[in-house]
Amino acid sequence: MAIESEVLVIGGGLAGLTSALSAARTGEDVRLVSYKQSTLRSASGLVDVLGYTPDGDGPLTDPFEAIPDLPETHPYRTVGIKAIRDGLDLFDDAVPHYHGGHTDRNALLPTHGGTIKPTARYPASASAGLASDTRDLLLVGLESMTEFDAPHAAAHLDAAGVPFDVRGVTIQFPGDLRADAKVTRYAKLLDTNGEVTVRGRDRPVREALAARVNTELDEEERVGFPAVLGDEHPGAVRADLADRLGADVFEVPMGPPSLPGLRLEDALFAALDEAGASIETGNPVVDFDGEDRIERVYIEKNGAEIPNTAEEYVLATGGLVGKGVQSDREGVYEPIFDCHVAHPADRYDWFENEVFGDHTFARFGVETDDDLRPLDGGGDVEFANLRAAGAVLGGYDLAAEKSGSGVSIATGYAAGHSAGQEAV
Amino acid sequence: MSDADQPTETDGEFNPAAPNTGEEFEPVDVFPDSDDFDLRPGSDSCYKCSTCDTNCPVAEVDDEFPGPKFQGPEQWRLKQRDDEHEIDDSVMDCSNCMRCDNACPAGVPLSQMHNTARGEYVSEQMDTWSIEYWRNRILSNYRTSAWLASKLPRLANVVMNFGPARWVMEKTMGVTKEREFPAFATETFREWWARQGGADASRQRARANRERRGEPVDADKKVAYFHGCYSNYNTTEVGKAMVRVFEQFGYEVVVPKQKCSGTPMFANGMLDDARRHAEVNVSSMRDLVDQGYDAIASCTSCSMALRQEYPELFDIPGIDDVAANTFESLEYLRIHEDLRGELAEVEVDGELAEEFAYHAPCHARNQGLERQALELFRDVDGVGIEDVGESCSGISGTYGWKAEKYEKSMEIGEEMFEHMAEAEGETGMTECPTCAMQMEHGTGYDIRHPLELLEAALVDGDGL
Repeated sequence: MAIESEVLVIGGGLAGLTSALSAARTGEDVRLVSYKQSTLRSASGLVDVLGYTPDGDGPLTDPFEAIPDLPETHPYRTVGIKAIRDGLDLFDDAVPHYHGGHTDRNALLPTHGGTIKPTARYPASASAGLASDTRDLLLVGLESMTEFDAPHAAAHLDAAGVPFDVRGVTIQFPGDLRADAKVTRYAKLLDTNGEVTVRGRDRPVREALAARVNTELDEEERVGFPAVLGDEHPGAVRADLADRLGADVFEVPMGPPSLPGLRLEDALFAALDEAGASIETGNPVVDFDGEDRIERVYIEKNGAEIPNTAEEYVLATGGLVGKGVQSDREGVYEPIFDCHVAHPADRYDWFENEVFGDHTFARFGVETDDDLRPLDGGGDVEFANLRAAGAVLGGYDLAAEKSGSGVSIATGYAAGHSAGQEAV
Repeated sequence: MSDADQPTETDGEFNPAAPNTGEEFEPVDVFPDSDDFDLRPGSDSCYKCSTCDTNCPVAEVDDEFPGPKFQGPEQWRLKQRDDEHEIDDSVMDCSNCMRCDNACPAGVPLSQMHNTARGEYVSEQMDTWSIEYWRNRILSNYRTSAWLASKLPRLANVVMNFGPARWVMEKTMGVTKEREFPAFATETFREWWARQGGADASRQRARANRERRGEPVDADKKVAYFHGCYSNYNTTEVGKAMVRVFEQFGYEVVVPKQKCSGTPMFANGMLDDARRHAEVNVSSMRDLVDQGYDAIASCTSCSMALRQEYPELFDIPGIDDVAANTFESLEYLRIHEDLRGELAEVEVDGELAEEFAYHAPCHARNQGLERQALELFRDVDGVGIEDVGESCSGISGTYGWKAEKYEKSMEIGEEMFEHMAEAEGETGMTECPTCAMQMEHGTGYDIRHPLELLEAALVDGDGL
């Protein structure tokens, strides 16, 4: 026997979640397995479609205008504009607290480094921070969170010529938190509005935080904090602070570990649960049976290999960072099914000397047919019932183009939809 | 690179495009093969993403606790640097929920690092004459207390919850008086099992059930039950349900000699105690595994210990075989039987026809089991089940029993209590006995084990 489903999705990131959701909504019995917790915990929570062309032109105003000119090997060209739009529709439906779906055009959002990032979707928590908004802005950093230097970020934004006045201040977060307190500690305190001690007096933390910011606030109509404003109840935290400050409150997306990413993860898993899928995290898929078709895969648990069977499979294990594509001194490979990954034989041809050079490795990944089925070295389909989605795909440089989320959503949608149709 | 030779730089400038590291240098062989628990590769794999820290229920409420990334890879590295470096005493504030393991994208063995650091702290830095040491030792040797109590269970139930006695226990030992001690069963599971005729009778019942199910009478279906302390001394109904459900599916059950899984001992750094118990457990399970039995636990912390903590911490003959052949009860049936199909055919009535507020124990998460009860029972007629969220219950075995941790334990549990109150059901469900204690303590709900519901759904009323 084995643990059975109709569609089995391997990978719990944005591509895997979108695939599973898309397949589940075709009415199939879907199971998602992920080695570890979703990589969305490391994501900013901003969902990009295309910020720059492969040649570095941008920021792009309208990603959809640029997509037809992308190289033919690009995953967007494989799935086509309609799949991108359908994928985004699925995302918008599943994650109602996201904005940006009203237009094709990119939104511009300030990052924690003070740059402006073009992005297609952004969480409600970031929406008052839009760089196209002309209201004056105060950025508030926390002494203990050195990764967000608010005065520095403000100076950067100012130098970029944003259409508003921006100032940054650094305050001490009220209460006796550790210098290395976790983002979840701030979030929990703010969620519960817990008591903190300020000059010997116990006060609710939101009140105490607002009091500190109020002494710095000077007519600005919006205030940005690092993204720690609640985990369970972020909307209530922002609303309460906004009320006390008399200004809109937003979060500046941060690096990992990221609460906006965590909230996005929660929302997508909740949608998947709602769609009736089964989910398992914590153990890796290590092996499979099958020649032309995948018959079963094995999940490893402390030396035991648990068989899982399905009719259709989706490979959404990530790229070089997510370990869906791996390399050693001998070559580059896809570790579960050993799907072909094209790469130069000499590993010194995998990269450029410049740190931000046009690295070949950035495009490593599996090549597919039009139905996202990985191809072997001879151009034939590896397995009739295996599709690939997200960063395991080759042919695009997600970091340079700012297209990682969009490709995951579009190919995840297409692979899941196709797997679901096929499994019927 | 401290253990390795520095690369030789031929022209004083490092050029990544032209290998100039010298012929002697082979960077893939920096770590010599080692038979002991060398945690260096794990420590070096940590790229500081801090995802583990976002999973730590203690760091979320405790301003003294530096979190798993410090306790694991960072502390390990500090220790290598300076022989004088002592283990930070905050390692004792880790509740050993092991959620960080499941979090790490780089596969750093965080809980193994915490367990070894805590063991070293307790054996080398903790005052073995201190009250804290003995309090922890008594708490972690729950099996001994439970064994004593089981001799006179009714008396124990009264004495252990006698107010003045509990006040004295808190003042002298630091065991919180806020919690109710669990009730001891008047007949232990093992006594009941012997009264049922033990393994021989189980074989007969299993054969009869195989025949009824149309399976080969001699089918190789046999399991060894690791009941753990709690199902034996306290919630014996869970152990009985395990036996009835497995026999119903045609499995012969044996109940081998066993001691504590070691879970509370790991959490308190009592590794010598844990090893003594582990040796007994591995020895009896190993022989059975050799004979084709699989080991089944009904407590997710017990299965966690046998599967992961034993091979990570001890070198006992047969330990890897036992780990690879240990399963949680529902998990095992899910793999080997058409559990969903069978449940689709039935309707639950009677006492357990309820709406359940289900909490997944942290140790179940780590085995990938956090959704199995939900996914199994959500479509069963006559019952409802709702997940009360991903927060930790906060008790973490002995953690919430310590007077100085009680408040934090309840603060961690608050999110779960709220979700339980919001859930439709007023009966709780979980696999972990101490999570069950916390759920009951925070809400007053009755808490059941998934095996009990499986028994109600699938086993005929007359059963054993």
